[in-house]
Amino acid sequence: MITGEQKPIDEIREMITPYKRILVLGCASCVAECAAGGEKETAMLASTLRIAAKMKGEDVLIEEKTLDRQCVRDFVILLDDIIERYDAVLSLGCGAGVQAVAEMFTEAPIIPALNTEFLGETRDQGYWVESCLGCGDCMLYHFGGICPLARCSKQLLNGPCGGSMDGRCEINPDVECAWHLIVDRLTKFGALDRLENIYPPKDWSRKQGGGPRKIVREDQQK
Amino acid sequence: MNNSSKLKRVLEGGGFAVTAECGPPKGANSDVVLKKAETLRNKVDAVNVTDNQTAIVRMSSIAACSLLKTAGLDPVLQMVVRDRNRIALQSDILGASALGIRNVLCLSGDHHIFGNQPQAMGVFDLDSIQFVQVVKTMRDEGKILGGDDLSQPPDLFIGAAANPFADPLDFRVIRLAKKIRAGADFIQTQCIYNLDRFERWMGMAGDRGLTDKVYILGGVTPLKSPGMAKYMKNKVSGMDIPDEIIKRMEGVTKDKQREEGINICVETIRRLREIPGIKGVHIMAIEWEDVVGEIAERAGLLPRPVFD
Repeated sequence: MITGEQKPIDEIREMITPYKRILVLGCASCVAECAAGGEKETAMLASTLRIAAKMKGEDVLIEEKTLDRQCVRDFVILLDDIIERYDAVLSLGCGAGVQAVAEMFTEAPIIPALNTEFLGETRDQGYWVESCLGCGDCMLYHFGGICPLARCSKQLLNGPCGGSMDGRCEINPDVECAWHLIVDRLTKFGALDRLENIYPPKDWSRKQGGGPRKIVREDQQK
Repeated sequence: MNNSSKLKRVLEGGGFAVTAECGPPKGANSDVVLKKAETLRNKVDAVNVTDNQTAIVRMSSIAACSLLKTAGLDPVLQMVVRDRNRIALQSDILGASALGIRNVLCLSGDHHIFGNQPQAMGVFDLDSIQFVQVVKTMRDEGKILGGDDLSQPPDLFIGAAANPFADPLDFRVIRLAKKIRAGADFIQTQCIYNLDRFERWMGMAGDRGLTDKVYILGGVTPLKSPGMAKYMKNKVSGMDIPDEIIKRMEGVTKDKQREEGINICVETIRRLREIPGIKGVHIMAIEWEDVVGEIAERAGLLPRPVFD
């Protein structure tokens, strides 16, 4: 999932200051799972903004709506009937959601309420961790299902570095050494010899070889 | 003047090599580097120049190496993969060779979160093992990554680091083997205080035949105080300082602490010389370069060999 966290309320307030009719727009997908931009968080943010406006005596209309997915046009189009009522949209979608809405509705500014963080997993209640960079060429097979690009602080493909102690990363004892996990996992599978290979430099052209990446699937097109 | 690596000549000639470390200044003053050069002259075979160590901005390692070279010393260019992508690293390898630098030490580098630029983008496009392999291919095959030919290959003696004290121990030897296979000619180790563990690691390396394939230089750092020892033990990752070392440092009066640090260092070097497979020592006297000569003298490592 794509994770995000709400921006500080003062930053949000400052961005919406020029506008009088604001739609607070949630997204019921990834950002709902990470409790940042789902229906509940959208209602709470809208309510907080209404109270703040009222206390300052500002004459502002703040309404809310949550789409199933902000990053898919079939859902974004549902705003077609209502978007004209607003002079700005405050989106709790991820960066992709904000931009998908902005692509379709060019008349009003679409303002981000979240900081989009990373591709990760929900490890526990209220605890999300990064686990994928979206590099375009998955290497998890080689590393026992643990990605050193996303989880090693130095992105080593031939780790661990000399800073790994007791399974902890040198940057912070709270951070697991990804390479320690890889070595343990492959030892368990009897596949440690895989790490005797020198992994060649990563082909980053699959990630940043020419502007924003696209996937085109003719079999999926009508 | 022979323009080859003095370090390489000592090691290939079967000698016990001595190297030291020179941290470049946090400024543009060449006189600081030249002063350190005078302090270390004739005391060691080669001088490592650190590359923005602990991720603190300093004079570039290549520039400081060039200054040392001009002063007649044999510099070891440390290069970390933290700050440069593969284009810049390969370019700097060519530039270093053109400047007459003949040794390179390929490192990952301390993470930038520790330094004075924590907001920086860490590059880590190559890792240290890949970097060793790239330099070797440039030197031995005259090719850069991707296969393009060089008009002239760089002439460099290639080094890498090893930390026998980091975890997991068994894998440390596998990683050493990878560095050798990638093309390392020599290895510098992390500072050695726990000799028992170090001997165990050397034994494992010897069992795999690795000590015959690479020149291993044992790293040593003289302690200045018990405080420094405790700081290194607790705050510097990958550092193993046994309690008895700390007790020894605490067991002397304050005015004798530096001397005790030197004693420990000299004893460590003497013991290292007895370990099969150890081909030299790398003395890392952090901002204490003027003690290197005394340590080398007392450890019986002077005079250093002279070449034409």
